[in-house]
Amino acid sequence: MTSLQIVFLIIAAVTLASAVMVVTARRLMHAALWLILTLLGVAAVFATLQANFFAVVQVLVYIGAIAILIIFAIMMTREVMSVTGPRLNRGWGWAAAAAAGGLAGLVAVLSTWQGFQTVLEPLPSGSVGVGALGEAFLDPNRFAVPFEVASVLLVAAMVGAIYIAVDRKVVEEQ
Amino acid sequence: MDFLKDPVTFLANQLVLWLTGLGLPEGVVRFLSFSIGAAILATSSLLFVIFLIWFERKLIGRVQDRLGPNRLGPFGLFQPFADMLKIFTKEYVTPSGVDPVPYNLAPVLAVSSVMAIWAVIPFANTIYGVDLDVGVVFVLAVGGLAQLGIILAGWGSNNKYALLGGFRALAQLLSYEIPMVITLLIPVMLAGTLSLTGMVTAQDVPFVAVAPLAALIFFIANLAEVSRAPFDLPEADSEIVAGFNIEYSGLKFGFFYVAEFLHGFTSALLFATVFLGGWRGPLAEEIPILGFIYFAIKTSLVYLTILLVDATVPRFRIDQLLNFSWKLLTPLALALLVAMALVDRAMVGMGVESIWIRLPVFLALNAGLFAAGAYFLDRARRRAPRPVVSGGPRPVARPENFTMQPK
Amino acid sequence: MIPLSWYLMLAAALFAIGLFGVLARRNAVAVLLGIELMLNAVNINLLAFWHRSQQLSAEPHVTGLVFAAIVFAVAAAETAVALALIISVYRRRDTVVVDELDLLRG
Repeated sequence: MTSLQIVFLIIAAVTLASAVMVVTARRLMHAALWLILTLLGVAAVFATLQANFFAVVQVLVYIGAIAILIIFAIMMTREVMSVTGPRLNRGWGWAAAAAAGGLAGLVAVLSTWQGFQTVLEPLPSGSVGVGALGEAFLDPNRFAVPFEVASVLLVAAMVGAIYIAVDRKVVEEQ
Repeated sequence: MDFLKDPVTFLANQLVLWLTGLGLPEGVVRFLSFSIGAAILATSSLLFVIFLIWFERKLIGRVQDRLGPNRLGPFGLFQPFADMLKIFTKEYVTPSGVDPVPYNLAPVLAVSSVMAIWAVIPFANTIYGVDLDVGVVFVLAVGGLAQLGIILAGWGSNNKYALLGGFRALAQLLSYEIPMVITLLIPVMLAGTLSLTGMVTAQDVPFVAVAPLAALIFFIANLAEVSRAPFDLPEADSEIVAGFNIEYSGLKFGFFYVAEFLHGFTSALLFATVFLGGWRGPLAEEIPILGFIYFAIKTSLVYLTILLVDATVPRFRIDQLLNFSWKLLTPLALALLVAMALVDRAMVGMGVESIWIRLPVFLALNAGLFAAGAYFLDRARRRAPRPVVSGGPRPVARPENFTMQPK
Repeated sequence: MIPLSWYLMLAAALFAIGLFGVLARRNAVAVLLGIELMLNAVNINLLAFWHRSQQLSAEPHVTGLVFAAIVFAVAAAETAVALALIISVYRRRDTVVVDELDLLRG
């Protein structure tokens, strides 16, 4: 077993353990903090895949924006978040069964695929530049349309989020 | 002679030779040398803060017609050491009801997120931690961790002033990150790379001369990111006691204190790297130590500017602060980015490759957009409603006597 | 050096944990956290398969990277809208427990 494999196993163990804590933590704030650890673990997994750009963007977008947004929302709805009710609903047994069944099904289907045991070799340097990704995104024959659709989606989400979340009572008072 | 030209690389090579001589495998030698380098870089950054604290107190003292620290050592140079001793020996007061993990994690995040930026900054031709191919994005991503530290401190302290200060700090950091990111894209576009070392090598003309407006917006946004006046609202002690770090004492408070100074200096490092050409200067490529000196001079000039602004400008109000970012800096930065990208593309398409021919056009663009920005700022100032005392001879200092009226 | 199967199994496990969170948690924000876990699992898969196709052929492949980038954009948009909905519901109903949001029940 090489050192890279050991590093990967440690990262995977941390990621999965903190993911379990995300779905079981009693206090929602702690769940959000465990989510940040999971996201960091996933960023490290991206780094082992030599997707440097995505490792850094994972930290920038998921931790710097999404996780902070979620923590913000938790803080703003503090009275409800600190309620000590049951954290799982009554059907949680069925949910666990569905999740375990899903996992078993996925692994069973994947293991029949002949490429399952492919060993990922280190890529030659220079073959994974950000430049190629940028050119692909702006090339009209390749991914320019998905790129534009994603930007439209982001603008629509921004406008929609502001419209939904604005407090009408406060606006009318002004 | 080699040692004098480039002491860091010389010593690093000696270290690697020595470690290899001990019979260690190559991977272990690499790991050890990188760890030692990281430890030296982090320690030197922390030691440097001691000098920064002395310098800032002395300078602000002079601006305010005081002497500043002058008792301990020559020119009071040992004052920060006395402060350090005091902070080390102070009692830790942990208020009841804190959330222990966020409360203790926050100071660590605040310091480490700033120190991580030092890993990608090229201090000279051959002196840098790593040449990350996505260095600029890394700097921004790590900056996000600092925001996380602030929000954790505000939440974990179980104190309403800390929470309010955390909200305030976060609103400010999030809104000024946007113009900062957009203006950083302009040097990225001009250099054609995301790596900071590549960006320095691309600056045959410092980018501050190519895009002065971008440099100005970046400088202002950076002032806000490091909470310096006029953007020092997160620690407005007269309004919200001390902000998010109110419940910290002893070394934990020291962490936030150090992080603040280090953050200010690191933003100067970043500005010098991205806009002032980093280590570039005469003979810098042959003699790396000379490049280091150029870089130090450029950074010190930027830091001095930050300090002088900090010492002389009054504080913004929160609504002014947010309006300034969202209604002026962000649109201006976006317009500049689009205009410069279009012009650059068109001129390269016409076969104009030399930076010297493109330079006047870029400067004209910047000047035009600066004039537009100044016009909108002045119009907003003229149209702004001013608080007017209404009614007759009532006492002035009660809030209900103030109504907002258009001028 | 690392078999593709390890990445796929990690992603599958992460997806299953996220699925459990989505189905079992009562709090709407916790459900959102579960969705984030599932999206991350998808991204691990996309990038692992990108690495595989990259090492199998000489010319640069970016399709996997493009998909991962789109997932990032969708995740950001989804979080913004979901949190806006949750805050809006909290203002009107004073609760964010999914079971209690049963206004449409006959």
